[in-house]
Amino acid sequence: MAEKNEFRHTISCLVENRAGVLARIAALFSARGFNINSLAVGETENAEVSRMTIVVQGDDRVLEQVEKQLNKLIDVIKVSDYKNTPHLERDLVLVKVTATAQNRAELIQICDVFRAKIVDVAHESVIIEATGDEEKIQALRDLLEPFGIREMCRTGIVALARGAKELTLSEPVKKTGQKKS
Amino acid sequence: MEMTGAQIIVECLKREGVKIIFGIPGGVTLPMFDVLYDSPIRFVLTKHEQGATHMADAYARASGRVGVCTATSGPGATNLVTGLATAYMDSSPIIAITSQVRSDVIGSDAFQEADATGIMRPVTKHNYLVKDPRDLVRVIREAFLIASTGRPGPVHIDIPVDIQRAKTEFKWIENISIRSYRPKLEGHPLQIKKAADLIASAQRPLLYAGGGVIGSDTAEVLRKLAEKADMPVATTLMGNGAIPFDHPLYIGMLGMHGKYVCNKAIQSCDLLVACGVRFDDRVTGKLSAFSPHSKKIHIDIDPSSIGKNVMTDVPVVGDLRNVLPRLLEAVQKKSHPEWKKQLKQLDQQHPMAYKDDDKKGYVKPQYVIDKLHQMTKGEALVTTGVGQHQMWAMQWYAAKRPRHFITSGGLGTMGYGFPAAIGAKMARPEDTVVCIDGDGSFQMMMTEMATAVRENVKIIVIVFNNCVLGMVRQWQDLFYNQRFAATYQLAPGGRAVKGAEPDPKKTPYVPDFMKWAEAYGILGIRVNSRNQVESALKQAFKSDKSVLIEVSVHQSEKVMPMVPAGASLDEIILDMA
Ligand SMILES: Cc1ncc(C[n+]2csc(CCOP(=O)(O)OP(=O)(O)O)c2C)c(N)n1
Repeated sequence: MAEKNEFRHTISCLVENRAGVLARIAALFSARGFNINSLAVGETENAEVSRMTIVVQGDDRVLEQVEKQLNKLIDVIKVSDYKNTPHLERDLVLVKVTATAQNRAELIQICDVFRAKIVDVAHESVIIEATGDEEKIQALRDLLEPFGIREMCRTGIVALARGAKELTLSEPVKKTGQKKS
Repeated sequence: MEMTGAQIIVECLKREGVKIIFGIPGGVTLPMFDVLYDSPIRFVLTKHEQGATHMADAYARASGRVGVCTATSGPGATNLVTGLATAYMDSSPIIAITSQVRSDVIGSDAFQEADATGIMRPVTKHNYLVKDPRDLVRVIREAFLIASTGRPGPVHIDIPVDIQRAKTEFKWIENISIRSYRPKLEGHPLQIKKAADLIASAQRPLLYAGGGVIGSDTAEVLRKLAEKADMPVATTLMGNGAIPFDHPLYIGMLGMHGKYVCNKAIQSCDLLVACGVRFDDRVTGKLSAFSPHSKKIHIDIDPSSIGKNVMTDVPVVGDLRNVLPRLLEAVQKKSHPEWKKQLKQLDQQHPMAYKDDDKKGYVKPQYVIDKLHQMTKGEALVTTGVGQHQMWAMQWYAAKRPRHFITSGGLGTMGYGFPAAIGAKMARPEDTVVCIDGDGSFQMMMTEMATAVRENVKIIVIVFNNCVLGMVRQWQDLFYNQRFAATYQLAPGGRAVKGAEPDPKKTPYVPDFMKWAEAYGILGIRVNSRNQVESALKQAFKSDKSVLIEVSVHQSEKVMPMVPAGASLDEIILDMA
C-alpha cells in the first residue's frame, strides 16, 4: 500500500515469564506483515513477569487491532501503546569504531557530549557504550560514521510512562518465599 | 496419592466430565492408552487424525461440551492441524492432546519428532508443552477453562512420553483461575442502555445473528428480544438455527449466497444489531458499501472482533448470556409493521427459488434438500462439506433449533461434514443426523465410514455427485471464461454416472460410491430422478444401518443468488443468463 498512514508505536506488554510467549507475540506481528523495529524483553520487579517493549511502524487502526489481539493471548497480562502517552525511551548501544592515536582525543570529546563511555580500547579500535532514545543514538552514530563503524549492536528500546501511569500487576503476585541469590 | 503422569491425565479428563475421546494411538502415547484401556471413557478410534479433530469439534458444537481428541507425536500431531484451524475459526471448544518424544531428546530430530507446539500455535487459542508431571493437573484444568470460556476455541497440550511415565503426587485443583486470562463477561451497563435507546428510536431495525448466539445457547432470549422490539432477524451461515426457521420475524440467511431480502434488508435498515458475529467478508461484501444507512450495535465477547471490519456506533463487549437478558429488559416494546411489510414484498419479488428444469438423469440438489427439510420438519441435525452443496444446504435447510446445523464456516474445510456427522451423532444419539456432502469433500474423509460402522452410529450421508469440484467450477464459469482447469476429473474409460449422458470423449472419473457403501457395510442408494427422492429418504430414515445416498447433479448447476467476491451487497446476481 502506497498511502502512508503509518506512525511509530511503542508498545509495552506485561507477560507471564513462560516458554512460547515470545513466539506467540512475534507471530501476531509477522502474520500481519509488520516488521518489528526493536523488541526488548526482560524481567520486571516481579520475577514471574516479564516486560516486552516492541517498537513498530504501522497504521493506527491496524495497531489497535494488534493491541486487542495481544490482550487476547492467554499469557499476556497487560498491554499499553505509548504512542499518545508521555514516556521515556532508552536504548543501549555498543559501537566498535576505528580509532588511531591521532583521532582518539576527538572520539573522547564526542563521547563526553553524548555522555557515552569508552569501555574497551585496542590498537585500532575502541568500543563505545551509550544510552539514549532513538534520536540521540542516531546523532551519535552520524558523528561516529566518519571514523568507521566496524560493528554495532543495540538492546532495543525499553520504555516507561512518566508520572502516575504505570504498567504493573493490579494485584500482588503470590510470593514464592525466599529470595534468589 | 502417587500416580503416573498417564494416570493423572486420565483422572483429570474424567473429572472434567469427558465421556468420549477421538483419535489414533502411537508409540509415545502408549502410557496414556494403557490407562484409558481400563477407564470408563469411551475411545473412538478414527481412520485419520483429521477425522478425530472434526469429530471432537462437531461433538462440541452439537452438545456445548468440550470435545477431546488425541494423536501421537510427529505425523499424528501434524495431522491435527487442519481440524484445529477449523475449530479455531469457528470458535469450537476442543482439547487436543498429543504425545511428544522423550523430554531429553526433544530438539534432536528424534524418530517421529515434530515441534508440535510450534506448529499448532497459530491455530489454537492456547497451547502447552508439559515439562514436569506436577504441572499436569494445572495445565489440563487451565486448558478446559480456556477452551470453554470467553470466545471458545481449541487448546493443545503436548505431553512427552517420560512425563506420562513419571510418578508424582496427584493433587486436584478445585478452583482454577488464570490471572492473565479474564474474559470480559458482563457488558457495560451504559453501553447496554445506549443500545436499548438506539433500538427504541429505530424505524427499520435488523437483528444480525451469528455463531456466537448458538455457542452461548442464547437463541431463546434472542427470540424474545426480537419479539419485544419487533425486529426482523437474519442469520449467518454459523447462526443457522439461532431462531426457528418458521418464526414470523425470521427473514433468512445472509451473505454471498444469502437471500435477496436479507441482503436488501442489510442495505436499507437504519439500525443493525449484530450479535455474536464478526462481519465476515462473505457477509459484508465490499466494506465501504456495507449497510450505509444504519447505526450499528455490535455485541460480542471478543473485543478484537469489534471494530475490526466495520465501525460500530455502540460496541458492547460481553457474553451474550449476560448482555442479552439485560438488553431484553432495557428495550421498549415496539412494532414496525411498515418495515416488515416492505421486507415481505422484497421477499416475494425474489424468493429463494430454483428452476424446475431437471435434466434427464439428474436431480436438482435444492429439491432434495427442500424435501429433506419437509420430511424432517427442519429438526434433523445437518452437517456439511464445503462447496456448492454447503450453500444449497444453507439456503434450503433452515434449522428449527440451535446446534443443529454444523458446518465449517470460517475455514471452509472440505471433508469436514462426514466425520462431523459422527461426532454430532455421538453427542445427540437421539437425533437424525444427515451429512450433506459433495463428491469432492466426501472423498477427503470418507474412510471414516469405517468408524461410523464400528462405533455403530447411524449417519445418513447425501452425496451430491456432480463429478466436479463444483464451487470452484462455478467461479471458473463466472469469472474465468469457462476455462475449467483442474475441476473436472477426466479419465478415458472412466465410469460415467449412471443415467447421465456421458460424453464419450470426456468421461468424468468418480469412484463407484455404491461399491464403497457395500465395502464398508452400509446401505447405498442411488438417485437420479426426482421421483426417487422421497422413497430414498424414507428408506434411509427406516434403515438401522448408515446410509449413503448418491444424487446425480448436473455439473452446470449453480448456487444463486450470488454477491461476487469484493462486490457490494447491492450487486447481487439473482440468476445467470
Ligand atoms: C481442504 C480444501 N481444499 C480445497 C478447497 C477449495 N474448494 C472450495 S469448494 C471446492 C469444491 C468442492 O467440491 P465438492 O465437495 O464436490 O462440492 P460441490 O461444490 O461440487 O458441491 C474446493 C476444491 C477447500 N475449501 N478445502
